[in-house]
Amino acid sequence: MSDQTKPADPEKEKRKIKAVGKMKEIMTAYYIEAKTAEQTGRKIAWITSGGPVEPLIAMDVIPVYPENHGAMIGAAKMGPDLCEKAESMGYSRDLCSYARADIACAPVNGGPIGGLPKPDMLICCNNICGTVLKWYQVQARYFGVPLFIFDTPFCHTVFSAEARRYVRRQVDEYIQFLEDACKRRLDKDRMQAVGRLSLEGQRLWQAVLDTTAHKPAPMSAFDAFFQLALIVTLRGTQTVVDYYTALLAEMKERIENRISAVPKETYRLLWDNLPVWYRTRWLSEKFAAHEACLVADTYTSAWCGTIKYIDENDFLGSMAEAYSRIYLNIGVDEMANNVIAMIDKYRVDGVIMHSNRSCKPYSFGQYDIRKIIQRERGVPVLLIEADMVDERSFSESQVETRIDAFMEVLK
Amino acid sequence: MITVGIDVGSITTKAVVLRDGSILSEKITATGYQAQAAAETVLAGVLSEAKLKSAEVDAVVATGYGRNRVSFAGRAVTEISCHAAGASFLSPGIRSVIDIGGQDSKVVVMDANGRVKDFAMNDKCAAGTGRFLEVMAGALDLDLNDFGPISLTSKAPAAISSLCTVFAESEVISLISKGARRQDIIAGIHAAIAARVTAMAGRIGLTAPVMMTGGVAKNIGVVKAIEARIGSPVEVSPKAQLTGAVGAALIAARGSM
Repeated sequence: MSDQTKPADPEKEKRKIKAVGKMKEIMTAYYIEAKTAEQTGRKIAWITSGGPVEPLIAMDVIPVYPENHGAMIGAAKMGPDLCEKAESMGYSRDLCSYARADIACAPVNGGPIGGLPKPDMLICCNNICGTVLKWYQVQARYFGVPLFIFDTPFCHTVFSAEARRYVRRQVDEYIQFLEDACKRRLDKDRMQAVGRLSLEGQRLWQAVLDTTAHKPAPMSAFDAFFQLALIVTLRGTQTVVDYYTALLAEMKERIENRISAVPKETYRLLWDNLPVWYRTRWLSEKFAAHEACLVADTYTSAWCGTIKYIDENDFLGSMAEAYSRIYLNIGVDEMANNVIAMIDKYRVDGVIMHSNRSCKPYSFGQYDIRKIIQRERGVPVLLIEADMVDERSFSESQVETRIDAFMEVLK
Repeated sequence: MITVGIDVGSITTKAVVLRDGSILSEKITATGYQAQAAAETVLAGVLSEAKLKSAEVDAVVATGYGRNRVSFAGRAVTEISCHAAGASFLSPGIRSVIDIGGQDSKVVVMDANGRVKDFAMNDKCAAGTGRFLEVMAGALDLDLNDFGPISLTSKAPAAISSLCTVFAESEVISLISKGARRQDIIAGIHAAIAARVTAMAGRIGLTAPVMMTGGVAKNIGVVKAIEARIGSPVEVSPKAQLTGAVGAALIAARGSM
């Protein structure tokens, strides 16, 4: 942010990921394209972060993510203002801070990019939470645009045959909805090509995340929080494939040249839940000062966690299962199994769980998951209480003491 | 070897001088606005009482919420490690510590060697801590030191349901206006604190023997209420409030956790 004002530290320069500049270019171009869509005659769909975006890409609709916008608001430290505005509009403080920030942004074009471009339609997939249903209904009323709800039943352990039929039928309804909104047919070949690109993008993203299995890790979860933007927003495009191909090459090069994310990586940690967007730098420096690297996280890996369910020859058909079985739509035991697999894969010494006041489905069950992983792997777990966007729910000295104490226990 | 432990808490700052495993002197002062000044005051106090010059001190460790603001300390260590070390020193064999200080409450579980195994801390709310009790003493127009003995005379503790300091205070005020007996109100406050800290302990699981540390351990009413809740005795050292400082001085002597 204010890096330019300080003299460059060669040690820090060496550790900077070069692809970052390209990512900023791509995201800037993406937001300019979205904000000028009205002039260029393209349609805009707002979509939830875990929603099936590929049909939108195939229909040449620009997907826009209120949650990605929420993360930007958080990182720009504009959360409390917008949350307070939503509260003055009558929304409860207990409501998700992404939802509050987005709802408050709409009427005033607030936030770091002067608000999101007006949607032509809204696509809401409830695989990430139940809040999105009401949130998107509020926005559909506000903008007076059609809303499509993609309902994914909760998968405690299995994806039943009934659930498969139910979700598969909605895929057809979704396509019909898009064809009505765009007044043209979906090109099946184009859809198949987008599906392949999506899968390739997800595989590459997984490969990028897997480079941190190397000791020392060439990147950290704090880097992943940033690098994530493309797999969320532009999944299914060549841009994503090209970008992550280059990023993967850079990570392999860093491993060869022994460039690590943290100068002296002694402890390897796993992060659970969304980032604390307004404190990523503080947290990153805090952990680095303890010679600890957050080598993996359950959040960024959610955008490549269901590759095994995707059939590249039948993307639309198999996407029903892939979108239903994401990390936030499975039972606590399944979640714990995922975390344990990550502990083993990335050779983790400790787990940091962010109990996120905003995100109930993510934070609910953390104490049980903690117990399960302590029992199965004996790995220490720290819980810190915060919020992804609303800084009013963050207490620096409380969080600092917990992290310091946790690191004293690890040592 | 001579070491000093400084514990800068939210309400009081404590210092202890340790020489080869025995306490030479100790001091407690109000932290006030300037943590560094309070730390300097207690340091000067303990050194003069032990008739030592600062050059004779081998190492200083600071702990407590103001631990990073003590410029003369060689190292800052959290209260969690210091309370565990201090409790093991004051009563060898202790396996769990319940520490209730000015704005924090925490539970620490140790292994047989006194090493920290796990801990839990209160969240961003100071309900059930020393500051909470101060507010209640204000509402009841009593000296906080009298809370413990008075509460033990209660036969029917009042129900205090709110976990928020401000709301609990208004609950107390409405109990007063309804004519509830003072001892019953205080016993109710202590029971609410015990319920809160026991719930926190439940997350990590207590191992006996249990010791209570921190300023609130001076309140016999809270100690008895916790004992009733967890169903086992709770040890309290006469130096309970100094546990963190003692632990800091020990860690300074060991040169490691």
